Amino acid sequence: MIPSAFEYHRPADVASAVKLLAELGDDARVLAGGHSLIPMMKLRMAELEHLVDLQAVAELKAISVEDGTVSLGAMVTQHDLIDSEELFRAAPILRETALQIADPQVRYMGTIGGNVANGDPGNDMPGLMQCLGATYVLEGPEGRREVAARDFYEAAYMTDRADDEILVQVRFAATTGGYAYEKQKRKIGDYATAAAAVLIEAEGGTVTRASIAMTNVSDTPVWSEAAADALTGTTCDDAALQAAVDAMLADIDPQEDNRGPIEFKRHLAGVILQRAIARAFQRA
Amino acid sequence: MSKMHIKMTVNGQKKELLSEPRQLLIHVLREELGLTGPHIGCETSHCGACTVEMNGKSVKSCTVFAAQADGAEVTTIEGLGNPDGLHVLQEMFKEHHGLQCGFCTPGMITRAHRLLQENPNPTEEEVRFGMAGNLCRCTGYQNIVKAILAAAAEMNSAKEAAQ
Repeated sequence: MIPSAFEYHRPADVASAVKLLAELGDDARVLAGGHSLIPMMKLRMAELEHLVDLQAVAELKAISVEDGTVSLGAMVTQHDLIDSEELFRAAPILRETALQIADPQVRYMGTIGGNVANGDPGNDMPGLMQCLGATYVLEGPEGRREVAARDFYEAAYMTDRADDEILVQVRFAATTGGYAYEKQKRKIGDYATAAAAVLIEAEGGTVTRASIAMTNVSDTPVWSEAAADALTGTTCDDAALQAAVDAMLADIDPQEDNRGPIEFKRHLAGVILQRAIARAFQRA
Repeated sequence: MSKMHIKMTVNGQKKELLSEPRQLLIHVLREELGLTGPHIGCETSHCGACTVEMNGKSVKSCTVFAAQADGAEVTTIEGLGNPDGLHVLQEMFKEHHGLQCGFCTPGMITRAHRLLQENPNPTEEEVRFGMAGNLCRCTGYQNIVKAILAAAAEMNSAKEAAQ
């Protein structure tokens, strides 16, 4: 499988990459780890004239945890996320999620920036970033701007990012309390049939704060404020779990595909969410 | 489209070649450099038969453009051992029947090599998790896992003896 021909560019900094995108226009795409884009190019479902490879942009590989804020450059790989003890201490749900993405070879190449920016509803990081209340930093010809992960996704592969912008950084507050990323997939390497990201803070056995998002049960990730509200102030008993699941089921819109019919997916979303909540609460 | 001048260090040797940017690393390795150890299996980044090491990472070379590998250090199965001097992983795959048809074996061994660099003393579960990107349609994996665990033990005792 040979992709159509393109020109290859390897800028050394973000400013040069943004300039290239502005000059080359619609015919150019940014390449991060390439493990979504290259398969699409090989199938010729993506054909482009120019590929702007970000691998040499050192500033996009930075990981930092400062004053309770986690900042990840867009080119930080899933492998880097798993490998970093600093990140594990600041937000252990990142490692738990990254370990469930694809397989080892793909995780060496796949990046946080690519995973959140390409808008594939099957990707795991967008749901997690909505759960974390993350902020995305985009850089374009007019400079930098910030968008909340919860406002970024419009539809499958449609995001708030403009064609001439590059997602350069992901930022969120370090977490406290319990966490869980629970994912049902048909086999290793598969996208989720349904997955849930849950953060819970508790005091004396009562939930004081919760955040809940799900992956691949709509054409965008689904962050459900109502599901979190259903848990807050409860002891996470069966009634509260059911209320949270009911609230989430009202917010999702799964479609039938080769992972199953809608009824199955709704059932599964409930099971996965219950498991994620139970595990997060246990760790809180 | 113009060709690109690409420099790579492959199995310790400096290589220079002209390549179209769209050419995949697996094609350059096999067709331009004659390294036919890495195999083309699924061509869709699932099977791992094309696994090579690039800059200290296990990668599926069917999902990397040659242009991305410009400046990289690449190791293929040919760089690990040869018929006159097998790598301990190759010995252990032979010893423990870690292969039947052999098609997946170069990718398996190249991946296992990196896995043992990062985790010299893995549990069986860690081996299975670490090898999850490589498919084998013959062995049922049991003997592959055994071979990798045996190679880890062998490499560790050789290291101890050397100290």
